[in-house]
Amino acid sequence: MAKHVLRLVAVVYVLFLLVLPVGLIVWRTFGDGLGPFAEALTSPSALHAFKVTLAVAGWSVVANTVFGVGAALLLVRHEFPGKRLLGAFIDLPMAVSPVVVGLALILVYGRFAPVGGLLESWGIQVIFSTPGMVLATVFVALPLVVRAVVPVLEELGDEQEQAAHTLGAGRLQVFTRITLPGIRWALGYGVVLCLARSLGEYGAVAVVSGRLVDQTQTLTLFVEERFQNFDQPAAFAAATALALIAVVTLLLTKLLRPKDRSHGN
Amino acid sequence: MTRSRVAGGTAAGLGIAVLYLSLIVLIPLAAVVWRSADEGPGYFWRSVTTPDAWAALTLTIGASALVALVNLVIGTVIAWVLVRDRFPGRAVLDTIIDLPFALPTIVAGLVLLALYGPQSPLGVNLAYSRAGVVLALMFVTLPFVVRTVQPVLLELDTEMEQAAASLGAKPFQTFRRIILPNLIPAMLSGTALAFTRAIAEFGSTVLISGNLPFKTQVAAVNLFSQIESDNITGAAAISTVLLVVALVALIALDVLQRWGSRRG
Repeated sequence: MAKHVLRLVAVVYVLFLLVLPVGLIVWRTFGDGLGPFAEALTSPSALHAFKVTLAVAGWSVVANTVFGVGAALLLVRHEFPGKRLLGAFIDLPMAVSPVVVGLALILVYGRFAPVGGLLESWGIQVIFSTPGMVLATVFVALPLVVRAVVPVLEELGDEQEQAAHTLGAGRLQVFTRITLPGIRWALGYGVVLCLARSLGEYGAVAVVSGRLVDQTQTLTLFVEERFQNFDQPAAFAAATALALIAVVTLLLTKLLRPKDRSHGN
Repeated sequence: MTRSRVAGGTAAGLGIAVLYLSLIVLIPLAAVVWRSADEGPGYFWRSVTTPDAWAALTLTIGASALVALVNLVIGTVIAWVLVRDRFPGRAVLDTIIDLPFALPTIVAGLVLLALYGPQSPLGVNLAYSRAGVVLALMFVTLPFVVRTVQPVLLELDTEMEQAAASLGAKPFQTFRRIILPNLIPAMLSGTALAFTRAIAEFGSTVLISGNLPFKTQVAAVNLFSQIESDNITGAAAISTVLLVVALVALIALDVLQRWGSRRG
């Protein structure tokens, strides 16, 4: 009896909080067929927003993947004082409000800030432009790759790497032949999470982009701006596109996660 | 491989990592705290206690505490159902629990507004109300307690429960005396994470709250409007308060996790 009550509570809660709201948007978007959906997403503004989003997310994924693998190797394979502190700093972005992230970047890289002013005099505009949006996205997605790779590196141990080294392999060879294949699923998992977070970032990008339509507008900003301008079909279509990306991400992470478990055994 | 080369490699890697973190995370955050103190503690205090900022901060902390409590209970129930119950669709439920992590927050707000807004097919209109804010926060924090409690429940041995039951304990007694003490550290860790996330939340509350000052405006939205109206020092003061609250929650979380690992 108690078992059925708990099951009912869990299912009803998730149904009304997650499934029905997301389902309703998809339903409303495709209610009039695929035509209006495609039309809303191929308007010049929407296409531009797609392009900006992909560029920003692409750079963010590249930066966070390189940093993530490097930092994970540093945290697992090296000993140095202040290791726990470095780990804590890497996790810090998780606890910071996206709006605070935006403000923080403006205070350093804005036109009237020392660093921003210097870059501006070299002709590089950071805030209200793509570099600032990339910085904001890198900030919010920073811990994801590191945290995905660290546990697998710990589990792998360094015996194989040491063996390869003894047999005369260089550092790069050890990395590409031993370490990288060992962490590839975890790395894939981290990259997918990072990509999803980067594509979906709203708050931090809203602050640093200046929300200029057709210039610095990403897909999430497009959703909000269209909705506020009573263009529901476009807002719903873009929201559905983002929701579909989220669902694909979810399935991908589901596929990538168990592989590491079997790998560890 | 000589020792000095390893140490050299470590130093170089550490240097690059610290420089990268400093440029993107640490210096900007330090700049926020620095700027908030720019005009002295009096100005800081006045910025945080202007009627609209204070209302936003108290609403945020109150709503986040409420949402954290809801998650403590419902998150544990969902984790329990996922681990101990078997029914068709359980795997689907297990997968979609993570959807709030993958879904952009602005989309979360939009989908909630579609079902619980003015055009609600259910006839429930929570738009521009505090209940709407709580709903949005419940949406984005759903996975935290589930995902911290679930692994602990999976590892939990059922032998003790069987022993308790064979000695005549009723199901509720077994739960309270055997299961709950093992779960409490994970439950509280998840709750602390959910609380931290709720304090910081922005995107999902933007559309559903309508941003009415004194009524539905949360701290991050208030902060956003301060930045838009170029009150940067005031915005930095509110940001600093949010950072401190998050820091306190994270320290509490760290203490909880150590307590949990000592007990385990």
